[in-house]
Amino acid sequence: MEVETFHGGQNMQPLLKVEKVVKAYYAKNAAGSREKLLALDGVSFAVAQGDTLAVVGESGSGKSTLGSCISCLEIPTSGSIWFEGRDIVALAESERRKVRPRIQLIFQDPSNSLNPRWSVEEILLEPLTLQGKLKREETKQRAVDLMTQVGLSSDMFERWPAQLSGGQRQRLAIARALALEPKLLILDEALSALDCSVQAQIANLLMELQRTLGMSYLFITHDLAMAAHLADEIVVLNRGRVVEQGPAEKILRHPKEEITRHLLAAMPSLNNAARPPLEL
Amino acid sequence: MRFFLRRLSHAFLLLVGVSILAFLFTTLAPGNYFDEMRLNPQIAPETMAALRAQYQLDRPLPVRYVSWMNSVLHGQMGFSFAYNSPVAPILFVRARNTLLLTITATLIAWGIALPLGVWSAERFGRLPDRLLSWATAALLVIPDLALALGLLVLTVRTGWFPTGSMTSLDFGSLSLGGKFRDLALHMTLPVAALVLSGLPLLIRHVRAAVAEVLDAPFMLAARGHGIPRRTLLYRYALRVAANPLISLFGFSIGALLSGSLLVEVVMSWPGLGPLLLESILSRDLYVVIDGVLFSTMFLVSGNLIADILLYWADPRIRTESAAR
Amino acid sequence: MVPILEVQDLDVSYSLPGGASYTALAGVSFQLVAGEILGVLGESGSGKSTLAASLLKLLPSNGNISKGSVFFEGKDLLCASAGELERIRGKRISLVYQEPSVALHPAIRAGEQVFQVLAAHESAGKNTLRQKTRQVLGSLFLEEADRISNSYPHQLSGGQRQRVLIAQAIACGPSLLIADEPTASLDPTTQMEILGVFRTLRDQLGLAMIFITHNPALLAGFADRVLVLYGGRVAELGPARTVLSSPRHPYTQGLFQSMPQILESTDTKRKTKLPMIAGDSSAVPLPFEGCVFEPRCPDRMEDCRKREPALVNLGESHTVSCFKYGG
Repeated sequence: MEVETFHGGQNMQPLLKVEKVVKAYYAKNAAGSREKLLALDGVSFAVAQGDTLAVVGESGSGKSTLGSCISCLEIPTSGSIWFEGRDIVALAESERRKVRPRIQLIFQDPSNSLNPRWSVEEILLEPLTLQGKLKREETKQRAVDLMTQVGLSSDMFERWPAQLSGGQRQRLAIARALALEPKLLILDEALSALDCSVQAQIANLLMELQRTLGMSYLFITHDLAMAAHLADEIVVLNRGRVVEQGPAEKILRHPKEEITRHLLAAMPSLNNAARPPLEL
Repeated sequence: MRFFLRRLSHAFLLLVGVSILAFLFTTLAPGNYFDEMRLNPQIAPETMAALRAQYQLDRPLPVRYVSWMNSVLHGQMGFSFAYNSPVAPILFVRARNTLLLTITATLIAWGIALPLGVWSAERFGRLPDRLLSWATAALLVIPDLALALGLLVLTVRTGWFPTGSMTSLDFGSLSLGGKFRDLALHMTLPVAALVLSGLPLLIRHVRAAVAEVLDAPFMLAARGHGIPRRTLLYRYALRVAANPLISLFGFSIGALLSGSLLVEVVMSWPGLGPLLLESILSRDLYVVIDGVLFSTMFLVSGNLIADILLYWADPRIRTESAAR
Repeated sequence: MVPILEVQDLDVSYSLPGGASYTALAGVSFQLVAGEILGVLGESGSGKSTLAASLLKLLPSNGNISKGSVFFEGKDLLCASAGELERIRGKRISLVYQEPSVALHPAIRAGEQVFQVLAAHESAGKNTLRQKTRQVLGSLFLEEADRISNSYPHQLSGGQRQRVLIAQAIACGPSLLIADEPTASLDPTTQMEILGVFRTLRDQLGLAMIFITHNPALLAGFADRVLVLYGGRVAELGPARTVLSSPRHPYTQGLFQSMPQILESTDTKRKTKLPMIAGDSSAVPLPFEGCVFEPRCPDRMEDCRKREPALVNLGESHTVSCFKYGG
């Protein structure tokens, strides 16, 4: 199947190409027998270098499972995930371990993904020391640079995550991810738990980082408004299947599928002030 | 139901395994019951040999194990050299005596720890709670032995309670009420020692479990609905705080046979503890093995009971295991 | 119309370990009439949850209401006894908590939890109460009511749990409902459904509501009036239509501008920097001189650092606390 990449018409090799990925889970249903549940049922799309792809859908559409599969936290039941030209599904675990640092995941709730018993400094130093590339003094300097890059001050080194605000914690999570110099950043509802004004700050930070570092983003969200603003292309998932995909403008202005229209209609918008209340 | 049966079969396998290990360790330990006798020049070596053959001490291990198993199935559980009788009756009598103490002590300890822990948790951090914490810390620090001896000294000085054994010499001739009173008097000291040594840990756990629940969002939400304080505490809070406490309760049951050894020995209570001690020292083989097995049985059932109670009390565990 | 709720000059602070104290609310005043939906817009640190808790005196032990009054149906709740408050909570004023996953008791069935609320306030017999429980759940769940009633919270979806919380809140027929971020953890479709439920409640039962959220978009087409809370103080208060379409306070303006709007999204505007309010809205220590928003305000003036602005009436019952408009 020919998967198009929308990057100014250039036919470069995409950074990430997901091909017919299937992820099945087995659970006991009400009757007591084992049931196969398909979280992902043949998902295919591609992300070009430096682009942002938004994956939208409701709860249970398989968005988060997609994030786990691409970031190597889980292995798909079948299908391929091509990253920088190699199929990470088919790789041996030792090879896959080398690819992992280049794909990083930012979670929705920074208070859960940051170790509450470690100071900010320790949280940042962990990936740097694990990488083992730099000497001790250089590591400390790199940590300071990372903090500056995400807009935090190095005075915060001694603080605990619990002492930081939601926005600051998310910045720290981003800094930690950047420590490994990833090529692809997967943001799994990374903005959803933040206040609206803070969302704008973090979104701006992400866009700035994309410009300077050339990373690609996989933006998993159910906030279509933010997806519309940040993404080059949008993929709409429903029950593990890709229902619609294409450039952001096209999807938003001319949605083809019922589900996409439904998602667009369900988005709360300030412009509603002028309209009568929505009926669903 | 399947869950229960699975745990039961695991328990059974565990017991068999323990019995094999116990058998191995005790028989492989150097020395046997008749070593003392061997040193006695008056007993002829032939008598010794005959005795040894009679008690099957010459046969290989697996054979002895099988015949011991056989004996267990017949309700005799092997033979005690010291008492010259099947082990079972001796063991049961002693176990009964121990259980009398420990069950009473456990009930009293929990009966005090629960309300005290709840009361303390409600006043978390304030003066009454901190005073109680210091008191329990102090009790915790005192070694069980010191507690038991201290109580003995107290009673010797004041003569309020008998200083040892389970019953008075004239027990048989007392009326039913008199027997009851006599037993109760004898039990007071050992039970007191057991309760005092076990109380601090229990109170701390109850306090911690309840305090954690009292802060939970659903408690605040229930308060917001105007649910009265008493319902909040007993219907809402305790049900969730019960989880860690049920595990602790399982532990208490598990220790019913083994936890009182020190107190029994110090206060001359004719329980399982002293029996085991003298059997180990004199190499009374089968008594030791059976005693170990009995204790293990209680430990395992304690855990099993805790698991069953948890299954029943927490709907989350119930539905999760069904889903698996 | 006579207001059913009147909050006057509410001051709430928390005492921190070490003797310091932190102001959560200062000088908050507003009114609510029967059947009105007031949307309280506030981000973290604005004091919105403190407001919800203070109205029913449900603050934690280190919180204290230092000044102000909360008149409900003519009586000052802050002077009420513990017994009176217990009778009012859940029966006359109900609180719908955020985070339905933790606001429900994990080991009691949903139906039973609604029953408990009824049992706490009504003196009818058990059967009557069970009838009523079924009625309430039926109105929110239709055919699924029985199944939901027998389920435990962890067996229900986020939207279903939220409805159970709402059922608990309306069971005794209150006249005021306070909802604290009731849709925060739900996806947009479920959010819309729950908002619809609230609207129905207002239409059918004439319930007055205080709807607390950090997302102004939820209030559009839903709230009658909007109160914007910043740093524990009222920044702006007025009819929803006015506040949402033409906000006056620099904070409100900044907030709305920083939210990407789908219908305005074009290829040229995409991936451009969103206008944002610089800095953090973290805790503001007591005492604080001058306007709370001044450190982050793009329109700050000399006066802003020296005094706190008073509420200025812009007409049409729209008030703003900003020196730009006087005060």
